[in-house]
Amino acid sequence: MTTTTTAVPVTTREETPPVRRRRRGLAPGRRLPATRLIGPALLLALWAAASAAGRLDPGAVPAPWTVLRTAGHLWTAGTLPTDIATSVERAAYGFAIGLVAGVVLALASGLSRVGEALIDGTVNLNRAIPTLGLIPLFILWLGIGETFKIAIIAIVVYIPIYLNTHAALSGIDSRYVELAEVQGLSRLRFIRQIVIPGALPGFFVGLRLGVTGSWLGLVVLEQINATSGLGYMMFQAQNYGQSDVILVGLLVYGVFGLVSDSAVRLIERRVLSWRRTLSS
Amino acid sequence: MAPHTEQLTRPAVRLRGLTRSFDGRTVLDGIDLDLPAGQFTALLGHSGSGKSTLLRAVAGLDHKVTGSGRLDAPERVSVVFQDSRLLPWRRVLDNVLLGLDGKDAERRGREALAEVGLEGRERAWPNELSGGEAQRAALARSLVREPELLLADEPFGALDALTRIRMHGLLRELWKRHRPSVLLVTHDVDEAIVLADRVLVLDKGRIGLDLTIDRPHPRSYRDPLLGEYRERLLAALGVTEDHA
Ligand SMILES: Nc1ncnc2c1ncn2[C@@H]1O[C@H](COP(=O)(O)OP(=O)(O)OP(=O)(O)O)[C@@H](O)[C@H]1O
Ligand SMILES: [Mg+2]
Repeated sequence: MTTTTTAVPVTTREETPPVRRRRRGLAPGRRLPATRLIGPALLLALWAAASAAGRLDPGAVPAPWTVLRTAGHLWTAGTLPTDIATSVERAAYGFAIGLVAGVVLALASGLSRVGEALIDGTVNLNRAIPTLGLIPLFILWLGIGETFKIAIIAIVVYIPIYLNTHAALSGIDSRYVELAEVQGLSRLRFIRQIVIPGALPGFFVGLRLGVTGSWLGLVVLEQINATSGLGYMMFQAQNYGQSDVILVGLLVYGVFGLVSDSAVRLIERRVLSWRRTLSS
Repeated sequence: MAPHTEQLTRPAVRLRGLTRSFDGRTVLDGIDLDLPAGQFTALLGHSGSGKSTLLRAVAGLDHKVTGSGRLDAPERVSVVFQDSRLLPWRRVLDNVLLGLDGKDAERRGREALAEVGLEGRERAWPNELSGGEAQRAALARSLVREPELLLADEPFGALDALTRIRMHGLLRELWKRHRPSVLLVTHDVDEAIVLADRVLVLDKGRIGLDLTIDRPHPRSYRDPLLGEYRERLLAALGVTEDHA
């Protein structure tokens, strides 16, 4: 730096110029590890503090440690594992059937005009009817056993998967269609190499909605038509005023929801690794 | 394979009375045109004059356009678009190999990438490439199929001036090595003059000017003898120098 001795003071920059020009970054920035757990952890701390300070009615909202103790009791008594297994099985069956149905129908209607004419309108009609409103009819048809529960969950799951996958399949960029023609791709290759990879992002949107939907369907079914499972456990607890048992049920539902959603996100990140989006 | 002499005499592309119209508006009005095999031709014209329409017709991409006329084009045609049109979910090499078969396909793909100076980028994702690199990958994709006819619709339109000049050299080089017939659509008169051996001007649905440019390569923009061609082309396009 040169120092000048003139009457007018010259402002010389003291610090070395920054390597990078400051520019407001619009992407939200690098994700901190496990940041998504901060919110829940804070909530848990608040709950514990309020319970310890005696600000919560233990009959309505028992302390976290009471809930944990109850969970331990229920687990060792063997009822909790059975209830969880029953619920997971329902959700898994329903989800699997819904997933397959959603994908197959979306492929059939997204890849052929005949399929679209037959399927798309029908699914949209199905969508217009709130699925949970079908419960009474399904009980009449299928009885109050497992089948109707799985059927309802499957319907809740297949609709978002179908809608998003179908939209992605039929919304394929016409420029890529042109490219496929120029490169002389066969129809099968065009579908495998262009249409399906291009539709994957849409499919994953539907998949995540479907996963959420499967738990939602499960909770509703088990709360109003419970004969076994987590919902049944909570329903019984309500009759006996055991709020801690209800909270154990909610906790388990919450953990399932979180774990399954994270699993889908993980798969999505792997499969769509070519994408550089804000969340990467 | 046909003997060399026959290749020279038989045109690669033959258009007779080619007509195309959109909603009753005639865009191509009975075009007659022969493109000899191995010739590097540029097609100039105003925006909206129908250059892309003509190119898409030759490429066979205009299924839904009303039109008539005869069109003979070779079996192996490649197209380079204005955008690189790489599939974002395939790595660069897999993009080059799109639609390619055979045991040695991968080797050929790598060679084509090396030819356009993208050695070592085979495993990159398309959105990791710069605009010029992406367009070079697109060039590799069209050349790896060893086309008899290479159609390019303003392939350098989205590139900066420096990159464009380097791409000109590359394209000419590749053409010399592989000798496809080339039909290059551009709105840049200088680009046409520097690259092509024959320049066509599309005007009112017809070929308004058909100019053979008889100057050795590589050509410089500053070659004064090219100025004469430039003036004739600009005149055919209805542009006078002081307006340009
Ligand atoms: N799919 C289409 N539907 C209706 N009109 C079209 C269609 N494609 C092209 N046209 C019309 O045909 C005319 C020629 O279009 P074309 O794209 O061939 O022009 P161009 O010479 O390539 O222009 P540019 O230099 O701007 O690319 C234009 O007036 C355009 O509006
Ligand atoms: Mg055009």
